[in-house]
Parts: sequence; structure tokens; C-alpha cells
Amino acid sequence: MSDSWEVVIGMEVHVQPGTRSKMFCGCSIAELNAPPNTHVCEICLGMPGVLPVPNRAAVGACLKTALALDCEIPRHTKFDRKNYMYPDLPKGYQISQYDLPMSVNGHLDVGARRVRIRRVHLEEDTGKLIHAGDRLHKAWESYVDLNRAGVPLMEIVSEPDLRSADEARDYAMELRAVLRTIGASEADMEKGQMRVEPNISIRRAGSPDLGVKTELKNINSFRALHRAITFEVERQSRLLESGGEVVQETRGWSEAEQRTFSQRSKEFAEDYRYFPEPDIPPLELDRVWIEDLRGALPELPAVRRGRLAAAHALSATDAALITSDRDLADLFEGAVAAGAPAKQTANWIVGEVAPSGKLPSAKNLAELVGLVVDGRITRDQGREVLAESVETGRTPAEIVAEHAYSQMSDASEMRVLAEAVIDSNPKAVADYRAGRKQAMQALMADLRKRAPQANPKLANDLLVKLLEKSI
Amino acid sequence: MTGSDLTELTIKEAIRLLRLGSISSADLVTAHVERIERLDPHVKAYLRFTPEVWEKQAEEADRRIRQGDARPLAGIPMAVKDVLCVRGVETTAGSQILRGFKPPYTATAVARIFEAGAVMLGVTNCDEFAMGSSTENSGYFPTRNPWDLGRVPGGSSGGSAAAVAAGEAVFALGTDTGGSIRQPAALCGVVGMKPTYGRVSRYGLIAFASSLDQIGPLARSVDDAAVVLSLMAGFDPLDATSSTRSGMEVLNNSAGGVKGMRLGVPREYYDVQGIEPGVKAAIDAALFILRNAGAEIVDVSLPHTDYGLAAYYIIAPAECSSNLARFDGVKYGLSEVDAPNITEQYLQTRRKGFGTEVRRRVMLGTYALSSGYYDAYYLKAQKVRTLIKRDFDEAFKRCDAIVSATSPTVAFPVGAKTQDPLSMYLCDVLTLGGNLAGLPGISVPCGTADGLPVGLQVLGPQWGENVVLRVARTYEEASGMRAEVASVV
Amino acid sequence: MPLSKDEVRHVATLARLGLEPGDEEFYADQLSGILGHIDRLQELDTEDIPPTAQVVEIESRLRDDKPRACLTQEEALANAPAKVDGFFRVPAIQEEA
Ligand SMILES: [Mg+2]
Ligand SMILES: [Zn+2]
Repeated sequence: MSDSWEVVIGMEVHVQPGTRSKMFCGCSIAELNAPPNTHVCEICLGMPGVLPVPNRAAVGACLKTALALDCEIPRHTKFDRKNYMYPDLPKGYQISQYDLPMSVNGHLDVGARRVRIRRVHLEEDTGKLIHAGDRLHKAWESYVDLNRAGVPLMEIVSEPDLRSADEARDYAMELRAVLRTIGASEADMEKGQMRVEPNISIRRAGSPDLGVKTELKNINSFRALHRAITFEVERQSRLLESGGEVVQETRGWSEAEQRTFSQRSKEFAEDYRYFPEPDIPPLELDRVWIEDLRGALPELPAVRRGRLAAAHALSATDAALITSDRDLADLFEGAVAAGAPAKQTANWIVGEVAPSGKLPSAKNLAELVGLVVDGRITRDQGREVLAESVETGRTPAEIVAEHAYSQMSDASEMRVLAEAVIDSNPKAVADYRAGRKQAMQALMADLRKRAPQANPKLANDLLVKLLEKSI
Repeated sequence: MTGSDLTELTIKEAIRLLRLGSISSADLVTAHVERIERLDPHVKAYLRFTPEVWEKQAEEADRRIRQGDARPLAGIPMAVKDVLCVRGVETTAGSQILRGFKPPYTATAVARIFEAGAVMLGVTNCDEFAMGSSTENSGYFPTRNPWDLGRVPGGSSGGSAAAVAAGEAVFALGTDTGGSIRQPAALCGVVGMKPTYGRVSRYGLIAFASSLDQIGPLARSVDDAAVVLSLMAGFDPLDATSSTRSGMEVLNNSAGGVKGMRLGVPREYYDVQGIEPGVKAAIDAALFILRNAGAEIVDVSLPHTDYGLAAYYIIAPAECSSNLARFDGVKYGLSEVDAPNITEQYLQTRRKGFGTEVRRRVMLGTYALSSGYYDAYYLKAQKVRTLIKRDFDEAFKRCDAIVSATSPTVAFPVGAKTQDPLSMYLCDVLTLGGNLAGLPGISVPCGTADGLPVGLQVLGPQWGENVVLRVARTYEEASGMRAEVASVV
Repeated sequence: MPLSKDEVRHVATLARLGLEPGDEEFYADQLSGILGHIDRLQELDTEDIPPTAQVVEIESRLRDDKPRACLTQEEALANAPAKVDGFFRVPAIQEEA
């Protein structure tokens, strides 16, 4: 793409707050694999005569999010009806918020960029449609599952302040970190708890007015988000450079084809006919409640990231990963407080704990890091101890004692072992002697297999010595 | 006692006999079923009968009465308007689009009446989705006025009013969005009451216009209406617009005469366009009786009366256009399942399922909300609603309650207004103000004009049901005018 | 203001109401009559008048986040005109290209 183009991206993110019941009825929230239409009642099925009553926990989560994003929370807010008929919308209207949203005018800092948040409001999700048929011949019929109908959603709308695919992805990741830190939502994209819809336009660098934008849907991961935006920017610039023009439309991202495709807008031009939801009186938000929520907000990821990086000389990437999840950050600070060295603790969290997703207690992690740092056990042994400690909750010290883990440093023992390794790996030995030093890796691997407790440094030196000598 | 005696009782009288053990609930039911079999083929008040329900309920009521723990309405046969959902009972809002729909839930108000021991005989006819003033808009068949089978019973709760007037139920439940309880009560010569908006839970009431709908009783005496209302009223966690006030509040000093009370007569109502001389004469007589009973009759004004109908016919259709969007043939009711695509299913299902009046109002409401017209119509109507509410606030500074005719006319001949929607809408000109302002109102029988019943309407300030009941009760006693049961044929 | 046949067609489309031959004239005529009456609202100056959406003062009430029993799949689908393996079935949706 010629660099004379400036990319302009705004984000519309739908997040499912972590509630136990739906937005306007008492139905429990369904697991992804739940059988169809088993988490529904007369209310979320839109049967005649039923009425919505808003879920306090959903309102609370929305307010917390608004506060974390530094939004203003107006005294009066209300729900409105967005009218359109579609089979995944049981009432023929979605209860959402139109002109008096729960909150407005916030911001989220992403790196050096301040992204303005236009509004955070509350609404209800629709059901799911499964189409029988194929793209070529069109669906001949569809099946409706209303388990998700009425599930609460927070809609977080940003101003078009982002300028690249990277920034857009970082914004989404930062937002998820905030949502997890304040406990508003797990915001798991794969589980559909967070749906990101970027709207993208490009304009000549320096031009004050915005170009025609397209909105992207069906994005299920941060990677897909980045790729979809990159593809769309490419497409738009090629279009404009070839003298064509961008059509304002919604485009879907196809993971399979790695491209965006036009989603033909509904057969009729829609006119949503918003009007105030008469079944729900306007909300007078309790200021005391709001102040309690504000007071209870934990340290936000950006702040904590800065503090940890500064206090413990962590790399930016380590600090970012650790603070992306409140539990990881707590674990890190707990272990360090328990006396573990920061750098190594960070390595263990980034390299072992985070990928496994299973967290040990801070005390146990501190103990483990200590054992490895003091050379009492090898890193490999450390991994096993960590796993077992998480599994059983027992302390690393106990586990090490039980398995009689310790490093082998005894020269004679080591020699026997080293010779055994050399004898049984003629190929590697030949290679090494032929000058292919990387063959040493194979020998070390075999040695570690035979004796995990062998001190790697000593073993390596010994092998080298034996190989050089017997030429 | 003869069957006809048993079908002319008030709730109060029936309860006395039941408690004395001189009759059983089963006797009451049998007497009503016999009368229904004889008269309803002519009146057509009922859409469906519910023997499976009444047998269980009557049996339990008789058992409890024998055991001496009778509930307040134990054993009383009653009827339910077709817009109130009853678990397992076909409920269709008088529309073909809901044919065969059996709700898996019961409306809160109905559940409370069942809880109080009442016995449901069946489902009464109404204008489709309660849109109408004559019950001629029913998707099934029109109901006739028991006093003159050539005339309408009023509407939309025409089946409930006719059932009570014809001795086919001791009382019935109706709904009132612009006058749909009070106007048919007036035209059928029974008592009908619409409570303050929010007094009775709307959960399970198939919505017409959510910000106007209320459920209320149709009965043979003010006492009966008061008791039934008090049992239905009160907070319901399933309705965010239901008030936390106690239902029993409606009975607090709701008796004791009108001495020293000021009753306002709005000149805009008294001389309303098209009011029949006979109706006016009956109202004059009623005012005379109330004055003799010690009330001071004062002149009040509701200056925006002429705009009420216009505001109502924006707000109600707008809300109904949204409320009726759920009837899409996907989850329940009529459906053109073999349509080539979903849009065709919608178009065909809703063309076949909705009657002319419903389609008219859905279009009107859709238009009023559509982009470019919202401010000129919907928003404007909501502002005028504020003016109308203020009119009443002002009036209630000068009086304790407002009295007027319920309907400008007596029951009109079948077919007389079906070709001219506006003339039909004008039937509600004296009642819809109460809905726009959320006020409690009642219609009580006040004599006849040309041999047909006339209704006296009493409106009170919000939450002033007890004031309304007090005036109505006083008039009922002083006039000696009680709801008669029509002999029909 | 009177309603044209085109406006009737547009409104019927928005409301997903199928029209039969003659309906456009019929409803254009009737709705125009009603709107003729309704237009008197424009006589009133409502510049500084707030709209009324809720006519009685009812304090906003929120629900506790407590799940209650759902319907069974059978109950949920009992009234369904068309169903397949626990789903509601609908005809083709002309939506995605
Ligand atoms: Mg949304
Ligand atoms: Zn539900």
C-alpha cells in the first residue's frame, strides 16, 4: 500500500458481563455446547404478555467498566427498543440504549495513543442461527437456538482514533486486560464473550475529512483482527488507487479464505424506529452505589504494568503479559514479596505458569524459584515439581524431598553416565568429532533422559573432555 | 333456589350462601353452565370454556369451605378476557395469529384471583389485541349486547361485560387501554373498573399499548369490583412498572359517603361532541343524586380534551406496532411455514393472521415512529400527553374526583361504525384521558336511555382508587341502581 | 397530511405486513383520514413541554442476578409451528451474499 494513505479505525466491542442469569429474565447463561433451546423461558422466547426486568449485576458490570474507562455516568439513563424483525430476535425488537446510554466520554490509553470512548451501554444478545445449505445455492432453511437470546452485552464504542492494525489489536488486548482486571468479564473471544467489530476507512495523509468506512464482523481472535484489518486496508487502498470507490457496508472476515467479503445488507433498508422501552421505567442510578464501585476498582493494568516494570526492571513484554491478567500479576507480586528474585519469577510465570493456565500459590512459586536458583534442582526437575505442586497443593520442598531430587555432581557417577551416553550414540559422536558441534545437543538430551538430576554444566564439560581426548 | 337466582348473585351474596352451606361451588358452576348453554349461542360472550379448570377449582373450593378455610373468592364462577394468559389454556388475544397458542405461564393478576379461590368458567371474546370499542374486531366472531342482540356490547372487553350482564359469570376480568373496561361496562349495564397505571401487574397480559394497559374487574356491584381489584393489585417482581403499594390500599376508607367531597364536572366532557340527550339526562339525574348525598358539584376544565384522541392514536399504535412484531410465525401461533424465504413467511403470516383494524394500527404506529416522522408524531404526542396529565393535575386541585358519562352514546347497532374507524375511535373520547394520565376510573350503571344502559364514570387522582370507589358506592346506594341481569331471550 | 400509496407500501414493508390487491388504496384512504384528525396536534405549541413516556412515578427497580428454572426444550418448542432436533425451523434467510 502506498504510504500516502492514512488509516482511520474505530472500534465497536460487545462484551458479555460475567453474570449468572440473563439481562431481563432469570435464565441461566448456557455453556457453548448446551443443547439448543434449553436455557430459555417465556421471557427470552418473547412469548405474548411477558415483561423484562433488568439484571442488577449486569448494570453493575457496565458501570464498573464505564468507571475503569473514565466515562461520565449521567444521572438519568433509560432503555430503548430497536425495532427490526429477524428470526434470532424473538420479540421483533432488541432492548438496547439509544439517546441516554449508561455512560459517555471516556478514554483508554494504548501505548502512546489516547483512544476516546464515545459510550458504553447495555443491551441484550440475539439467538443463534444455523443455516442448512451452502454459499453457492444459499441456505434453504435455517434453525434457531435462543439460548443466547437475552444474554447481557455491554457495547463499548470508541471514536475513530486508531491508526493501524497493530494499534487496533493492542486496543482490544488492553480492553480485555481492563475487563478481566476489574472482574467485569472474562472477555474470551473464542467463547464469544468479546466480539470486536472494527470500522475502517482510509484517507490521504493530512486530509481532515474521513473516507467511506466499512465495518468488519465475524472476527474470533486478536490475530484474525489484525489480519482482517490489514486485508481491508489493502483492499480499500487498491480500490481507490485504481480509481474505484469504497462502498459503505458491513463485510465479514472469512478465516478459511483469509479475506473479507461483502455481507449483503438486509433485503429492506432498515429503519430501527427507536423509542423508549415502556416496560422499564427510566433508571435513576444510585450515586452511592456508583461511588462504592469507583472506590472498589483495583489498580488498572496500565498503572500496574508501569509500577512492576519500574520496581523490578521487567522487560516491557514480560510486564505486559503478567499484567494482562490480574491473577498472574498478583502471583508475581506475591512470589516476589515471599522473597523470590523478580527476574526469574517473571521467567517462570511467562514461560511455565501462563501457558499452562494453572496457578500455584505465591508461596509455592517463590519456594520453587528459590530451589532452582540455588541449584538444588534442575529446570527440568523444576517443571515437574511445579506441575505436581499445582496438582497436589504440596510444597516444592516436600516434593523434592520425596523424589530425592537433587543434582548429580559426583565425578565418578558422572563419568560412568557420560561414557554410557557416548557408547550408545556412535552417530552423534562421529558427527561431533567431524566438527558438527551441535551434535552435543543430542548427547546432552540422552544424558538428561538417563539422569534428569545431572548438573547440566558439569555433564557438558565432561562430555566435551571425553570426546576431545579419545581422538 | 332456582338456577336463575344463582346466576344473578353478586360475589357478596354468593359468598354468604356458600359459607352458610346452603349452596356449593358445584351448584353455582352448574347453574352458570346451564345458563351459558341456553344464552351464549345468542350472546357469544365466550370464545372457549375450561371444564378441566373449573372442575378442579370448584372441587377444591368446596373442600376448603367445608374445612372452614375458605379463601376470599372461594367457589365464585368467573371469566377471563382472551388477552390474559392462563397456563395450558388456549389464549389468542381474539386473533387468528395466536390460534392454538397455549402459554406455559399464567398472568400474575389471574394467578392471584385463582389463589383467592375463584373458579374459571372460560375465556371471553374481545376485539383483536384489544383494539376496538365494539368487539366486532374479534378474529373469531362478534359478541352481542345482552340487552339488545342487534347491538354491540362495547369493547374491547365486550365478552367479559356481556358475560356478567347476561348472568354467564359472577364477575370477569378485562383490560383497559383507552376505555376497554369502562365503555363495555357502561353499554352492558355493569360495573367496570380501571386501576391506576402500575396498580396491577401486567405480567401475562398480551400487550396492546404497554404504557396504557391495565387489568381490571367487571362485576355487578362496586363492592364486588373493589374486592376483586384489591386481590389482583400489588407489587409483582415480574413487572418493573408495578407499584410496591399494597393492594389492600384501594379499600382504605373507600366507603362512608361523599358528604363534603367536591366532584368536578369537566365542561369539555359534559358537552362532549355527539353526546346523546338521553345519556346527558341520565348524567344530570346522577349529579342530582350525588348532590343530595352531600357532594358539592364543581365546574372544572380539561382544556386539552380535544387533543386526547389524537395523542392516543399516535401513542397506542406506536407501542402496538412494536409489541406485535413478535408475531412472526417462528415460535408460536399461525405460520406460513412453507413460504420460500423468511421475509415471505413474515409477510404472509401477518397478512393472514392480523385483521383490518390491527393492520391499520400497526401501519399507523410504524409510520409515527419511522425516521423523519418521529418528532412530528410520536414525540409530539408524548408532549401532548404531558399537557393532558397537567390538565388533570389542575382539575384535581379543585375537586376530589371527576364525574362524567362513560360513553357519549348507548350501545349502537352492530355494523354501525365498522366502516368509519374515526367514529369508532370517538367512543373512547371520555375514557382515554384517564389512560393517558394513568388515573383510576370506574363506570357504574346509571339508568337507561331508550331502554339501553348508561354508565356514570368516576375518575380519581393517581392511586385514588379509594376515592373513586367511595363516590361510586355512594351513588350506587343512593340511586338504588344495581347492575341488572339481562333476560336476553 | 395525507398518506400516499407509496408511503403505505413503505410502512407495510417496514412492519412486514403483506398487502393484497387494493390494500394500498384502502389503507392510504383510511390512514389519511385518521392522520387528518391527528394533525390537530400541530396546533399546540409544545416547545418547552417535556415528553411523558412513563405517566406514573415508579422508582427504577433492578432484579437480583439469581437464575430461576428455565423451560424444558419440550415446553419451549411446544407451540412451535416448525421444529427440528430441538431447534425452531425457519425458511431460507436471504442475507449473506
Ligand atoms: Mg449493539
Ligand atoms: Zn429466559
